[in-house]
Amino acid sequence: MGEDEAAGAGVRETVDAVYRTDSRRVLATLIRLLGDFELAEEALHDAFTAAVERWPRDGVPANPRAWLVSTGRFKAIDGMRRRARFDASLVELARRLDADTGDPAAWDEESVADDRLRLIFTCCHPALPPDAQIALTLREVCGLTTEEIARAFLTGPSTVAQRIVRAKAKIRDAGIPYQVPARADLPDRLDSVLHVVYLVFNEGYSASSGVSLTRHDLSGEAIRLGRLLSELLPEPEVVGLLALMLLHEARGAGRTSPTGELILLGDQDRSLWRRDLIGEGAALVERALSSRRFGPYTLQAAIAAVHAEAADAAATDWAQIVGLYDVLARADPSPVVELNRAAAVAMRDGPLAGLTLIDAILARGDLADYYPAHSARADLCRRLGRRAEARASYERALGLTRLEPERRFLERRLGELPD
Amino acid sequence: MKYLCLIYDEEKKLGAMSKSESDAFMGEYYAFTDGIRKSGHYVAGEALQPIHTATTVRIRNGKMSTTDGPFAETKEQLGGFYLINARDLNDAIQVASKIPSARLGSVEVRPIMVFNQQ
Repeated sequence: MGEDEAAGAGVRETVDAVYRTDSRRVLATLIRLLGDFELAEEALHDAFTAAVERWPRDGVPANPRAWLVSTGRFKAIDGMRRRARFDASLVELARRLDADTGDPAAWDEESVADDRLRLIFTCCHPALPPDAQIALTLREVCGLTTEEIARAFLTGPSTVAQRIVRAKAKIRDAGIPYQVPARADLPDRLDSVLHVVYLVFNEGYSASSGVSLTRHDLSGEAIRLGRLLSELLPEPEVVGLLALMLLHEARGAGRTSPTGELILLGDQDRSLWRRDLIGEGAALVERALSSRRFGPYTLQAAIAAVHAEAADAAATDWAQIVGLYDVLARADPSPVVELNRAAAVAMRDGPLAGLTLIDAILARGDLADYYPAHSARADLCRRLGRRAEARASYERALGLTRLEPERRFLERRLGELPD
Repeated sequence: MKYLCLIYDEEKKLGAMSKSESDAFMGEYYAFTDGIRKSGHYVAGEALQPIHTATTVRIRNGKMSTTDGPFAETKEQLGGFYLINARDLNDAIQVASKIPSARLGSVEVRPIMVFNQQ
């Protein structure tokens, strides 16, 4: 290899590295400058193509990101002028873009950080269908390919591509603005963003006991999103959600046996839990709680922290967990929260107290098709020696779950019941 | 951008209001309309007669058919509209959320299509 070639390969590596760290930031700024997703993606592509050509010859610019934004912007306006021969309306658009976005001050650090938030809030706009919010966020903010998103959600690339195309069309046609919401709208809009991040996390987390490793990557992606958000907008619930995800992730390795069998919290080998993630998560919980403006994510994270810090199930502070569920049930009432509270009450006051609460939920007609309700009921009946009832509830739970590790777990429990 | 806010209410619910409730509701509408005139959002707005006054017209195979009632039977019925000027969808949603019927029924926000006439 000659000296020039070696230098060329080095620059190529630099371009790749800049792509990994900065392509999403450059895209976010280009969307703001050009006012259009498609145009910005094309410009991003053109800018990196130009970098591959010019950086080996001219050297890597001092501020690669600003260079890429400037080059992408120029290429987009230039392309528009060339196409204007066929479409006269582009002349005016190109002129206006050139005049409005020419000031490099618009590309400074602060507005660039805002651009990333703008992109997140736009992708998670509640006027877009939930599926599209997720697909668009993973594509535009995280930089996953359509194929990667499709694999993770067990669907076809054309379905994902269509969702993204439709979402972009709605952003354009319905006038969804590229902006961080006003203070008054922030709580509502932030809910929508956090919901998307948590859905992505759960999609990866609940599937990580299965066969597919690519799905597990989703929880890593969600945590990266959570970190980015808490850096850009450190609201208590943003911090709370990041804590919740870290604390769940910390227990990841203990949740399944080497043969893929599901292990309940009480039976997990806690030496497998990641102490570093638990420490980070617990510190974030403290920070969110001390703000006194926390909500459901922070409360769930606080519960997860109590579990994570206990040496075993018996040493767990169940009274504190029940107390946190009481607050959570007031902040965000739902039958699932009631069910979890009932399970904690069973640990604090004994199985009969828990069973009474679960039966009250089921008697109301709630959670009839929710397998964990029947599985938890079966478990309490088993501990009370009510074998027939336990059997009926395990069978009911079995009829409601499709995930293989869960099915095997329930079948094992059924098999262990004495006749 | 222009947006049409289509107002859907349950006629039954509105019909069951007492005189004073219904006066208060209309009062809210007058105040809302005043507000969006002042803020510059207002372009037009009307309330519709109830659906028992509706007639649906179609032409099939060159022949006109006229039927009694609205195009579709739904739980909530189209009862009025505002045509507004808004900066973007977020601005339009802000305006729509203040329409009194947003609390009782629902408001559909639709951007107006712009045709490029050469």
